[in-house]
Amino acid sequence: MHAEGLTSIRSERTLFSAVSFTLGHGELLHVEGPNGAGKSTLLRMLAGLFSDYQGDIEWFGGQTETSEEVRRQTLFLGHKAGIKAELSALENLAWQQQLDGVQADSWELLEQIGLLGLEDIPAQQLSAGQQRRIALTRLWYSPAQVWLLDEPFTALDRQGIQLLEQRLQEHLSTGGGIIMTSHQALSVPAATILLGAGGTNHD
Amino acid sequence: MTRGYRSQLAALLKRDLKVALRRRSDVINPLLFLFMVISLFPVAIGPGPDILARIAPGVIWVAALLASLLGLERLFRDDYQDGTLEQLVLLPCPLPLAVLAKILVHWLLTGLPLVVIAPLLALLLNLPLSALPVLLITLLLGTPVLSAVGAVGAALTVSLQRGGAVLSLLVLPLFIPLLIFATAAVESAVFGAPVLGQLLLLASFSILTLTLTPFAVAAAVKVSVN
Repeated sequence: MHAEGLTSIRSERTLFSAVSFTLGHGELLHVEGPNGAGKSTLLRMLAGLFSDYQGDIEWFGGQTETSEEVRRQTLFLGHKAGIKAELSALENLAWQQQLDGVQADSWELLEQIGLLGLEDIPAQQLSAGQQRRIALTRLWYSPAQVWLLDEPFTALDRQGIQLLEQRLQEHLSTGGGIIMTSHQALSVPAATILLGAGGTNHD
Repeated sequence: MTRGYRSQLAALLKRDLKVALRRRSDVINPLLFLFMVISLFPVAIGPGPDILARIAPGVIWVAALLASLLGLERLFRDDYQDGTLEQLVLLPCPLPLAVLAKILVHWLLTGLPLVVIAPLLALLLNLPLSALPVLLITLLLGTPVLSAVGAVGAALTVSLQRGGAVLSLLVLPLFIPLLIFATAAVESAVFGAPVLGQLLLLASFSILTLTLTPFAVAAAVKVSVN
């Protein structure tokens, strides 16, 4: 995935300008910056949710539009968990897998993510961290190459963070790419894009 | 590929129906509202059978229209708030197809029950039995239009804080032609006049909206998640 000269102007305010980067196999890009620097906006652009920008994005193999193939190969997890509060963890996993076109063992997934024993409770009665875990379960079975994660550590406890970092590491070692925002220092080696009010640096 | 779409759409349908059945009051409230409105008319107007039969087509249709507006705001609101709407946009399957599934769920939960209880409503208003089949056909043809056109409005207003009033203003004028032809058809049936013309017009409304609105809804959803 390659981006060139991305500029975002929202409500006549320049969020960031001329951001360029390339994401290769097995690489993790960590988008950093103060609140309101446009980190989420950048991720939403890359996911194809937000199209009001200048610059060019090239997805795998030079595709310049979020075609069906691109959407199949990217996984975006935003601020909002994207789970149904009325349904239980098990039901949420079931429909999510059907939408992703994947058949995995839900019980095994529940065990991996540490929600075993809570599978029948409607998600609205679970804590924010537990709901976040349900949403993150997609990472354990998704065939997508590129993960776009917006603050995935939010509301997770220490053990959850460790679990997720482990999973990120695994994904990278199988050649996948990750672009994520986080206010937390990562234990996984990562390149950094810094979005800031003053200007944009990339190392 | 198409097989893949089909299982995704089936998953969407199943999920939304399940969620709706967990909050049963949302399904029952519009029907209850409809029932109350219709049962109040004979009380307020007086039980003269001629008058009731005369106004029955209009009353049933106006009440159906207002009842369908009740839950409309919620069509995309919950999905927008819990983030499943943006995941819908990101699905590999084309967005118009996905929103068509949402429209179908909405119709199954609001339009279809209405058609089912319509005979009871007709009885309450003393609609001649001979006009009942035509009433049912107009409802069968017309309620999908309510769901589909309503979905355009719901998708456009989903990101607004209090979109309910705007939504009603937006879609009510679009329902007027439907209302005119549907009630005209039932009235003609009451008087024993031919109804085929109006029914065919209703059918073309139905086909037109069901084929075109998914694209409008998809565009509106994209703007709303931006």
